[in-house]
Amino acid sequence: MKLKQGFDIKLVGKATESIAKDVEAPKRYALKPEDFPGMIRPKSVVKVGAKVKAGDPILIDGKQEEIKYTSPVSGEIVEIQRGERRKLLAIVVEADSNIEYKEFPVKPVDQVSVEDAKAVMLESGVWPLLVRRPYAIVADPSDQPRAIFVSSFDSHPLAPNYEFTLQGQEAYIQAGVDVLKKFAPKVYVGLNGTAPSKLFDNVAGVEKNKFNGPHPAGNVGVQIHHTSPIANANDVVWTISPQGLAQIGKLFKEGKYDAKQVIAVAGPKVDKPEYVETYVGASVDTIAAAKIKGDDVRVVSGNILTGSAISKDGFIGFYSNMVTALAEGKKSRFFLTDGWLAPITSRLSFHKAFGLLGSTSKEYALDTNTNGQDRPFAVTGAFEKVVPMDIYPMYLLKSILAYDYENMEALGIYEVAEEDFALCEFIDVSKHDIQKIVRQGLDTMRLD
Amino acid sequence: MKFLHDLLEKQKPLFEKGGKLEKLYYVFEAGETFMFTPPEVTKAKGVQVRDAVDLKRVMMTVVIALIPAILFGIWNVGYQHFLATNDAEVASFGAQLIYGLKLALPLIIVSYAAGGTIEAAFAVFRNHPITEGFLVTGILIPLVVPASLPLWQIALASAFAVLIAKEVFGGVGMNILNVALTARAFLYFAYPAQISGDKVWIEIGETAAGQAMATVDGFTGATFLGLAVEAQKVGQPVADFVAQHAHWVQSPAELAMTSFIGLIPGSIGETSALMCLIGAIVLIWTKVADYRIILSGVLGALGMGVLLNVFAGDMQAVKDGVEGAKYFAYLDMPSYYHLIVGGFAFGIVFMATDPVSASQTNTGKWIYGAFIGIMTVIIRVLNPAYPEGIMLAILLMNVMAPLIDNYVVNANKKRRLKRATV
Repeated sequence: MKLKQGFDIKLVGKATESIAKDVEAPKRYALKPEDFPGMIRPKSVVKVGAKVKAGDPILIDGKQEEIKYTSPVSGEIVEIQRGERRKLLAIVVEADSNIEYKEFPVKPVDQVSVEDAKAVMLESGVWPLLVRRPYAIVADPSDQPRAIFVSSFDSHPLAPNYEFTLQGQEAYIQAGVDVLKKFAPKVYVGLNGTAPSKLFDNVAGVEKNKFNGPHPAGNVGVQIHHTSPIANANDVVWTISPQGLAQIGKLFKEGKYDAKQVIAVAGPKVDKPEYVETYVGASVDTIAAAKIKGDDVRVVSGNILTGSAISKDGFIGFYSNMVTALAEGKKSRFFLTDGWLAPITSRLSFHKAFGLLGSTSKEYALDTNTNGQDRPFAVTGAFEKVVPMDIYPMYLLKSILAYDYENMEALGIYEVAEEDFALCEFIDVSKHDIQKIVRQGLDTMRLD
Repeated sequence: MKFLHDLLEKQKPLFEKGGKLEKLYYVFEAGETFMFTPPEVTKAKGVQVRDAVDLKRVMMTVVIALIPAILFGIWNVGYQHFLATNDAEVASFGAQLIYGLKLALPLIIVSYAAGGTIEAAFAVFRNHPITEGFLVTGILIPLVVPASLPLWQIALASAFAVLIAKEVFGGVGMNILNVALTARAFLYFAYPAQISGDKVWIEIGETAAGQAMATVDGFTGATFLGLAVEAQKVGQPVADFVAQHAHWVQSPAELAMTSFIGLIPGSIGETSALMCLIGAIVLIWTKVADYRIILSGVLGALGMGVLLNVFAGDMQAVKDGVEGAKYFAYLDMPSYYHLIVGGFAFGIVFMATDPVSASQTNTGKWIYGAFIGIMTVIIRVLNPAYPEGIMLAILLMNVMAPLIDNYVVNANKKRRLKRATV
């Protein structure tokens, strides 16, 4: 499938395909409730000082206690971070030097019943890897999904290449697919139309579709829209990343929750950008020490479109597959020299408005400056060019802002997640927080 | 520029909360962010980088696209004056330009000042930032009025438009009507004597003794559109009639080229279709204006013109005295004249494409533009009360735009609903 709409933000600092040797293994790991937007009442089930194995529950949602959020490593709970009004922010584990795993039963996948599979997945901590649409939240164990979707590639700026990070894990991925087939009649895999996939080309039991085009061609939401769109609030599908598939496969084949993953460390402020092997929720401190140069730097858990800023000793998010580092842009520009009335080539723009002469195909070392201020929506027709879906983004956004339930529904709120509108946020002339608006809409529909 | 920045920063506490001039914060802020882009960075959650574009650049692009029309228009004011009062070749290019500047510059300044004051006042009272929208509106207003317009009238129109067409609806991005056209419509209905008829389009000027200057032989103050209505009355082909009666064109053959280049009387900025074409290229290339609106507008006008040709009747039959034969010269006018005379080119390029008041969906833009073209020609040709149709056509379609979009968006909703049942 050829998608025309979209935009590739080319950024300096793409990771070379090698595993960094100079990064010390992080000591601290954490689960952060804010990584799970559907979580209503996060509760810690451990106390500071408790010893845990990898796969032991440490966090639950008080509203949905059967889903266990488990420790990615074995070690000791060293800190439970709380914010205002005792809001739970993070549960921090200090890792042992040798990871011990909680044991789960190993059985050939074809002999496992769906109930058993569900029970193990809920208990071990892989369940939250399943994301449900509508709403883009952790899957509900009582859901009966119509289909499960996997995008085999990540098209975000500087995103890791799964073919590299998951190499050799074909068998786990196949096992993951076989497990998920118990939950849903169909599993769809979206393949990158421009490159062959060693990981997925031989995977059996799935329907494969190829997607060509600029970002967000790799977004699973876009792929769902073009293969088998979500029709209404009750039309539930699940999505999972290739990393998640491999983790589920491993759980059933080896009986452990292995949160190990290879992430990309990339961006303009990274010294020798390459891949780092670590576990889910790792502290970024050792990576920052070895790889990130300069002082006024923003460290991002995830990519520059959908990620979150974290401090230099913060923790990588549960769903993040990379760390990006770029310069903070906290400086003023004089309007005639490099401000709004100056022709410039140093900054990237999707638009071609006055003076924006930079080519969109060269790589930029962008910073975090907003390049403008919040304004009312005044430009039309631009969002449509970066959302490859039969959806009117501006109308959907306005219906969300107006709490217009009927229109949100009719205009496609169930089909989208924040990430599908991230490019709109990037190109927005009026500098709105569009992903926040989308999440507000999803929450409104889900909770009311 | 650091010292300037430091100087501004030093004044800032005066305007911030608790400062003496707290109320004027947004006026100060507008000035500061005009000079220095704000040092704001992206939030922790959401996109970490932002596009280099902002509303200032978008608005500036429109102003730049207008520059050819502005410069040509200013010169043409002088050229038309000298053409009417003595041989234009006598006066140098410089003299023509200066004459035009003397008339047009005060209009531009007053338009910006009056509208800008209202804009700033609202920002202060309503406590919101001053937006860049007026950067464009302020220059559009003087370009769509005759150079002879009294300054107090443009001040009033500019203030009225910002207040009634924009601020009442909540400011930039919320207005229903194009702000600059509202100013023109206000003038048209409140002070028709100064913005319509045959007296206002060419500034004749006065002699030292206070008498109106003498005009050349065959002088007429009427515009092409005014003359076209006359041609209809006498039943003579429009081009022939205009060439005979206008002092600014010698033969029917050169009429089209003269009009296209814009060496004709009219509002300051809108006589030259050529300059509007250059503006259109800039706007379309930068994607600030949607080509769909411009293209469909042009096609709509051409199509409607051709359709009217069909009903024009037979001139020869009338001459031969065939019973019941009728001939309507205006209906018979070649369609392309509609594109190059009057304000059509300027309106369709710079006014109809205003993203806030136009249709917002791509399908809607085709319909919206086409109807502007069609309505313009209908109003021009079939309604002799209003020689110029583009202003009313755009304002009417501004009002209709949300309805068009509503149908387009409803079709999208139906499409997704249909999918659900399959």
